[in-house]
Amino acid sequence: MTYFPFIVVAWILAVGLYGIVTSRHLVHQIICLIVVQSSTYVLLLGVGYVTGAVAPYYWDITVHTPAVDPVVQALALTDVVVEAAVTALLCSVAIQAHKRFGTLDPQELATMRG
Amino acid sequence: MDQLLALVVAVPLLAAAAITGAGPLLGRRRRLLDAVAIAVAAAVAVMLVVIMVRTADGDEVYWFAGFRPFHGAAIGIDFEAGSLSAGLAALAAVLVTAAMTFSWRYFEQVATHYHTLMLTFLAGMVGFCLTGDIFDLFVWFELMGVSAYALTAYRPEEGGPIQGALNFAITNSVGAYLSLSGIALIYGRTGALNMAQIGVYIDRHPPDRLVVVAFVLIISGLLIKSAIVPFHFWLADAHAVAPTPVCVLFSGVMVELGLYGIARVYWSMFGQALGHRAAISHTFVALGVLTAVAGALFCFRERHIKRLLAFSTISHAGMFLTGIGLLTPLGLAGAAVYVIGHGLVKAALFLCTGIVLHRLGSVNETWLHGRGRHLRVTGVVFTLAGLGLADLPPFATFLGKGYVDASSWAHGLPWVLPVFIACTILAGGAVLRVAGGVFYGLGDAPSEDPEMAEMASEETTETVSGRDRTPLTMIIPPAVLVAAAIAFGLITRLGQVAQAAAIRFQDQAGYNATVLAGAHILHPVAAAAAEPTGITVSDVAAGTGSAVGAIALALAALYWRRLPVLRRGYEPGTGLTAAIQRFQSGVVNDYVAWIVLGLACVGGALAFAIT
Repeated sequence: MTYFPFIVVAWILAVGLYGIVTSRHLVHQIICLIVVQSSTYVLLLGVGYVTGAVAPYYWDITVHTPAVDPVVQALALTDVVVEAAVTALLCSVAIQAHKRFGTLDPQELATMRG
Repeated sequence: MDQLLALVVAVPLLAAAAITGAGPLLGRRRRLLDAVAIAVAAAVAVMLVVIMVRTADGDEVYWFAGFRPFHGAAIGIDFEAGSLSAGLAALAAVLVTAAMTFSWRYFEQVATHYHTLMLTFLAGMVGFCLTGDIFDLFVWFELMGVSAYALTAYRPEEGGPIQGALNFAITNSVGAYLSLSGIALIYGRTGALNMAQIGVYIDRHPPDRLVVVAFVLIISGLLIKSAIVPFHFWLADAHAVAPTPVCVLFSGVMVELGLYGIARVYWSMFGQALGHRAAISHTFVALGVLTAVAGALFCFRERHIKRLLAFSTISHAGMFLTGIGLLTPLGLAGAAVYVIGHGLVKAALFLCTGIVLHRLGSVNETWLHGRGRHLRVTGVVFTLAGLGLADLPPFATFLGKGYVDASSWAHGLPWVLPVFIACTILAGGAVLRVAGGVFYGLGDAPSEDPEMAEMASEETTETVSGRDRTPLTMIIPPAVLVAAAIAFGLITRLGQVAQAAAIRFQDQAGYNATVLAGAHILHPVAAAAAEPTGITVSDVAAGTGSAVGAIALALAALYWRRLPVLRRGYEPGTGLTAAIQRFQSGVVNDYVAWIVLGLACVGGALAFAIT
């Protein structure tokens, strides 16, 4: 058990949030959102790597075989699928924004205020 | 145990897939798809009502593929239905049915993907209510979210929907990832994803900072979804631009689902172990009251009818959070009754706004002033719903609000009652001001705010406006919803039943035993003493007072220019407007900055309170 993965997670999360807050370009902003989500991959995989751990479910291996937790890998895969859906949707909206306004700056796109 | 619990999500998901496939094949007979989609939503509503009634005496658990717990360890994924969760899911299904019936004639041509998205949205909401697995909670949250983002951008050729959908999608996605981080941490600590099993583990081991951090992260995503100040900014933008029938679902049930998630997470996993009930309760009540007040103030100054209703939803979300945050059975029961009453009347208000847009082509209160006189039926329904929003007895809203107030009064927070009455008067007064001005032409038109006028004019292409008569499929759903809100308030045992369901919901040991050991809990243990649920004179007086106050405020807002004292070009609240615009900037960057700041404050407060 080491704290290193968790420090990396916090760093990626902070960098991604900083990017979203300061971004002036939609595509850049969407990529920053992906960065935020990447922190959850690292966190999930970091949680699954436990020194000396064995698999939680046994089928074709002997009971005490060291293994990485397969559950978190399934979770990370699901997470990837979710990200694909959200990113695809956001990108299609960004394309529409560019077609309609010729800009991808969130501040120029903001017509509603108050 | 039977298959009904699985069918309520399987049916809409399969129907959505079938409709997507069949859409292009049907050519001109597309009405068939509309009918199928409405029938599916109605069938889901019926099934959920059956589940709700059946679970009044004990929760039901369904294990997918029959993977039952093995020696108290959950290896499969379960759905857990109680009266509260099934009831909320049923409300979602009823509102989806009403919204899709309304859409029959509302859009020029309903695209196939509209039905698909509505049905996946419904499946996401129902799954979110019923799931017993914390990771699945995240997956349903995202399914609900993605469908909602796509529905917001239903008309992507315009500017507003693009901005609204982007703000909505980015803020809510950030929230979902924060929740997922919390879920990963709690899995790392407990090795479980089943909420009951996590609850058992945390209860047996003294909770440390990691558990507190996980709790804060999980609820932060849900706080964003439920539009609690300062996480609320996305809501008004999304509501202003989403098609009106979709707003019905956003306001009527999606926001409330976020709050339900907080309650579910707290009472199935953390409630027993974290302790410090008073500190947690105070944090939630403070957030709730702040949200209620801010939402009501924003609501009253709004001229864009859909945004006005959106801010009223924020105000009500704060009141619901207060009810939940009291951590008492009556508080939770009050919040549940209030959610149902509010969901029904708010849906009716949005649908009437849709009719106004359909007939008159605008949602700008100033422009519409006096132009809705000939929409008599719509005017009556809108006014009745507005009175319901202002807690007039016998609308179910007055009961729910009365319970929340009574419970807060009994638990040393007497100041909540007058604050909430003031919030209701402000929000209800704003809606009744719209009703009086638009449908009856009372008083003077409110002053024009140029930016708002521009915003409101963007709406015009949502539906084909300028029709001569209102189709029956558009006026019947809101009328039925308003009637249902009144009927609910007239059920004599409503309070008693709701409190029994709330006690069951809050009994963490009972929940854990039901899920992991298949126990049938006949007499759940109350977390706090049950309180009387009779309708008291003070409930009726507070409800009637709020409604009368709202009417008075609405009339004052319409006629104040004619008062002799104030003739000299006095315009109240211009400074306030400028100040609010600096907060509600419409730029997603600012909203995410607020989220980070809010997370730091809420997380800090909770961490300080608990450890």
